[in-house]
Amino acid sequence: MLKSLFSSEISLGLAQAFIASLIALAVILLARRRNIHLEGDAAVALFRGIVQIVAVGSVLALLLRAPRWSSVFLLAGMVVAAGSISAKRAKNLPGALKISTYSIAAGAGLVTAIMTWAGVIDTAITSLIPVGSMIIANAMNTNGLALNRFRSEVLAHTGEIETALALGATPQATIGGYAETSIHSSLIPAIDNLRSLGIVWIPGLMTGMLLSGARPLYAAIYQFVVIAMILASSGLTSLLSITMIQAQAFSKADQLVLKGAE
Amino acid sequence: MSSAANRSPSEAVLRAKDLGRIIAGKTILNDISFQVQTGELLGIVGASGSGKSSLLRLLDRLDEPTSGTVYLDGVDYRQLPPQELRRRVGMVMQRPFLFPGDVATNLRFGPAQRKEAVPEEEITRLLERVGLAGFATQEVSVLSGGEQQRVSLARTLANRPEVLLLDEPTSALDEQSKLGIEELVGTLVRDHGLTCVMVTHDRDQARRMCKRVIVLEAGQLVQSGLTMEVLSA
Repeated sequence: MLKSLFSSEISLGLAQAFIASLIALAVILLARRRNIHLEGDAAVALFRGIVQIVAVGSVLALLLRAPRWSSVFLLAGMVVAAGSISAKRAKNLPGALKISTYSIAAGAGLVTAIMTWAGVIDTAITSLIPVGSMIIANAMNTNGLALNRFRSEVLAHTGEIETALALGATPQATIGGYAETSIHSSLIPAIDNLRSLGIVWIPGLMTGMLLSGARPLYAAIYQFVVIAMILASSGLTSLLSITMIQAQAFSKADQLVLKGAE
Repeated sequence: MSSAANRSPSEAVLRAKDLGRIIAGKTILNDISFQVQTGELLGIVGASGSGKSSLLRLLDRLDEPTSGTVYLDGVDYRQLPPQELRRRVGMVMQRPFLFPGDVATNLRFGPAQRKEAVPEEEITRLLERVGLAGFATQEVSVLSGGEQQRVSLARTLANRPEVLLLDEPTSALDEQSKLGIEELVGTLVRDHGLTCVMVTHDRDQARRMCKRVIVLEAGQLVQSGLTMEVLSA
């Protein structure tokens, strides 16, 4: 229907974005009726999302003519932004910004570097940026989930943790179980994505490859490769992030410093 | 245990000096000094929010003093590894926070941190001491509040502490369980020579149990001395 109303691609895209946002807003209003207030966060996220993706699209259009190595800077910028966004899910966790940025850089960076070196990801900007950004975005989500869960676990078990400390346990011994739970739960989306691949969803990358004329079997296998890379980078990010944040939860005198309002 | 055994009853095992704690600009405790003699049960009395539990946490270094320090056997506790300090100064929390599993697993927790095994006979002896003979294999989830608090006490005793800190151990218990815990703590101090510091908001309880008390008000130590004199009114 929209195609008949809009002649240019840009205006068609904006109209499509408007309709998608309207549906999202309707769901948010529905949630509000149940006293779940997402409107502030979601409105900002929708606005930011469209502005950012249009900006990146414009930058990509310019980068298509730029040298290949320039994609490294763009990916590094994405890592910094991802670290900052993800750290906000870890209220009160000391050092969350630094830890998130380092973990995403290491998790997403290492996997992207290995796969690029192995030739799985093409070094062309049109390939490296979209695939790299997918890996970074998923590492960011996993990191946010892990830190958020870790914070909740520690706050919900302050009594148990301090009891164990008072009995002479080391911080590692008191908190290890909660750290494992956090890592495990943060990876549930990545594992479920892999599990449901092709059955519940056909990811965008494969769709794009099919639309651009790739053979369906190769597109399918490559999509698996990308989702497996996402699991690997997310796992590494979560592992590093939780390992580093554990140390921040305690003082040098083995006192639990991550607490609710005192 | 050896240093406690060698100490004479009049010696101070624990000495708080100029202890203070400030959180976000708010003074929680200010300039608190007192000492605890070997084998005595010292009460810390005060209304809710007076800083009693905060003081007890500082004694176990679960929080860091903003000023002052605590001496254990004459040694500044900041010089001791936290694990050693908390083994020697055991703390029983207001709520027992038992770990999932059976009673014996809970009793073994502290020694296990130092890779020490607790033989069956020791478990039996500890449980007899707290009036829970035969409870070793009971799941903690089925225990009553009073029984849970007794397990919590036995779990701390399994570490063989030189000083026992009790943070309102009977506040969540019914009258009968409360009297039972009071009698148990009294026995541990009288018959086993354990040194105790107990926080309570209940002045009657302090009169029943403690020979000496200190009184806190808004984070200040306002009175200290023999319970009979300090809490005579």
